[in-house]
Amino acid sequence: MNPDQATIQAAHENLDAHVREIIHWHFSPETGSPFWLDWAKKAGWNPATEIKSFADILRFPHFQDEWLRDLPNEVWVPKKYQGRPFNVFETGGTTGMPKQRIGWDDYKTDYTEFSEKLSDAHFPKGQHWLMVGPTGPRRLRLAVEHLANVRGSSCYFIDLDPRWVKKVIGKKEFEQARAYMDHVVDQAVLILKNRKISGMFTTPKLLEAMGEKINLYEAGIRGVFCGGTTMAPQYVRFIVEEVLENRIGFYPTYGNTLMGLAASVPLRPEDNFSITYYAPQPRAVLRVVDPNKTEQVKNYGEWGRVELTTLTKEFFMPRFLERDEALRREPRGPYAWDGVAEVRPFGAMEKNIVEGVY
Amino acid sequence: MTLAHIPALRRGRAYESLDQVQITDHRNGTPLVTISQVNAGIIRKDLARIGESRAALKKLTTAQLLDISAKAGELFLNGTLPLGDKGHTQSARQYIETLSATSGLPYVMVRRNMAKIHHALTNLKTVLNGLTRGLDLGILDHGFGEQFGTPVSYYPATQALGLVMPSNSPAVNSLWLPAIALKMPVIIKPGREEPWTPLRLIYAFIAAGCPAEAFGFYPTDHEGAAEILKSCGRALIFGDKATTDRYANNPAIQIHGPGYSKILLGEDAADRWPEYIDLMASSIADNGGRSCINASAIVTPRHAAEIAEALAKKLGPIVPLPATDDNARLSGFANVKMAEYIDGAIEQDLQKPGATDVTAKYRNGPRKVIFEGGMYLRPTIVLCDSFAHPLANREFLFPYASVVQVPQSEMLKQIGPSLVVTAITKDAAFTEQLLESPLIERLNLGPISTMNISWDQPHEGNMFEFLYKRRSIGRA
Repeated sequence: MNPDQATIQAAHENLDAHVREIIHWHFSPETGSPFWLDWAKKAGWNPATEIKSFADILRFPHFQDEWLRDLPNEVWVPKKYQGRPFNVFETGGTTGMPKQRIGWDDYKTDYTEFSEKLSDAHFPKGQHWLMVGPTGPRRLRLAVEHLANVRGSSCYFIDLDPRWVKKVIGKKEFEQARAYMDHVVDQAVLILKNRKISGMFTTPKLLEAMGEKINLYEAGIRGVFCGGTTMAPQYVRFIVEEVLENRIGFYPTYGNTLMGLAASVPLRPEDNFSITYYAPQPRAVLRVVDPNKTEQVKNYGEWGRVELTTLTKEFFMPRFLERDEALRREPRGPYAWDGVAEVRPFGAMEKNIVEGVY
Repeated sequence: MTLAHIPALRRGRAYESLDQVQITDHRNGTPLVTISQVNAGIIRKDLARIGESRAALKKLTTAQLLDISAKAGELFLNGTLPLGDKGHTQSARQYIETLSATSGLPYVMVRRNMAKIHHALTNLKTVLNGLTRGLDLGILDHGFGEQFGTPVSYYPATQALGLVMPSNSPAVNSLWLPAIALKMPVIIKPGREEPWTPLRLIYAFIAAGCPAEAFGFYPTDHEGAAEILKSCGRALIFGDKATTDRYANNPAIQIHGPGYSKILLGEDAADRWPEYIDLMASSIADNGGRSCINASAIVTPRHAAEIAEALAKKLGPIVPLPATDDNARLSGFANVKMAEYIDGAIEQDLQKPGATDVTAKYRNGPRKVIFEGGMYLRPTIVLCDSFAHPLANREFLFPYASVVQVPQSEMLKQIGPSLVVTAITKDAAFTEQLLESPLIERLNLGPISTMNISWDQPHEGNMFEFLYKRRSIGRA
């Protein structure tokens, strides 16, 4: 089940080669983006020649998320993409000026790859999908539709605005939050009753609420692809056993606008419903680092902060510290690199955090 | 053997969650048990099938359920019953030991609480007679019948009784016991430090022949508790004022908050106050001062300072004793932060003019003490110059009372809502005023401890009227 050392070594080498190619791309005047070319000038060293492997990425400081809020999007356009309109995607549920990431084809690449991980029994090709969750300016909306299309399917959408939910819950207006959730769920149930849907993307809380209003299996659902919130083992078990009644395929994912999509490995009995995700390496790398010494990774089985490095021709983002913590897990087939497990908001055990509402 | 594990009970079936907490000995932190925690979604899912639980109970007659309740009472008091799902059992002695260790109640108080629960279960027929005012209980089996020459019919107001239980004192569980004989499933969220009593009662009922489906036992979080309150149709909640105020206007939820119970001395009795000092002291301090029926204020038209002094002399020297000591009168605080909060709140309010901690000089030390590793609060009597002082109408989870001097003519205007009032007076006019007062739930006329309650006269809410509604009926 676990990959052998040779496979792990090959994945390392593949990553290092990919790092060299991507760094060269972003820091060469013929292909690079204004932001990184300018950054290199100020930094006084040349990543294009000096970065040889992923280990060298530690020479970059942590990526500042303010850059994605404060700078015009054009600074991120690699020269080779100039003149081609970009998509603008915004991150999750925070209020104020959102972080924006521009892109062209990355989301399609991520979701085309993800399609390979879905079983045809759970997501039959050619049958319809439903997405119930944040659409709006989010990458997820186009991505899920692309995923459905790749599988020969069309997708229906019900929107949920997580910024509104967070605002309402932040003000302790729980009844309003509940009413909004009911509004979203009612729309989804209406579609499920009137259209033939077999695959669904949603969030666990919405899935739970839909399951209370309609029997999902009898409504035709065979597979659910879920993400967007903490899923502790007992909650996963609840979803699998009680909401999906052990009859519907469950595909938890961890992802965001900046990374793409980390898929989970299928649960084994010995996992005790603890989900481990693997980044779409080499396009993105997740490390579980010591929050106080972020150059160091934690040992396997230990909690640490999640650090993301994105390495595509469209976007380079080194060492971005996510607002999440996770357990570091060993490589597990078909992935020959580290996994992150039981992802939850950073510091979740110390304070109450408004999350997981949508 | 491994540590015992308390599962959730989902319509009687054990459910071991991956999410578990440990309950420890309040004195030394030794883990005593792990308890499965469930999320609100599981409760919602089970409540969707609660009709099956009620159907299981309805197969038995009320008379059979009364027999089962009586048997359960004996098993609860003396039996060795299952404990959790790992093959553990619990004798009566082990129940006393573990409950004492996690809640801080000394053995002697646990035993007294056990006796109360046993009494309620073995005398349930009398209790139901009081609650239903002599209704032929066969009417509940058939749905209709005749009483005092009139056709009567009762229908259930809900399919289950929800209970969000406290940790302060085991005897509060006696409030839900009639529900089983009334054919109503119970859905219980136990108090964090006191899963023992509701669990032992459930196992006792099942061992006595009650259908297991009648019981839901859900250790859960705030969301789960709110779900029980919202979805059960009828529910009881125990808690402080802030908690219970949220549900004050919901007729489906019966609230059990602070009691603000009091002893009133009439003009005709005030000069004989020394005769009643023992009664006052026991009303304040019995059961470790943890009950809502403990007196939290002594109201007198004269001699307030002397009464406070005498009570302080009697209660002030009380110190914590080992849990096994039959003379133990104080309970440890499993929730240490609660003790710190109470001590801090009293000290803060004592800074405001008009109140004196009369017990201070008899304590020879601080109110908050550590004994054998546990935290305790020693009895406190505060003399207040009026009900306007913030310490005059307060209730805390330890032997605490204020003594306030108020003219008899002003008493009923000032005391506010009171769960129990013991009024020591023979004044006919004052007695009439007391009988008229809407602020008093239970009224004791004469020197009766506030801690005395009658099971056939509920001092707070009538379970039968809460669970059943009368309908008009005609039958051709």
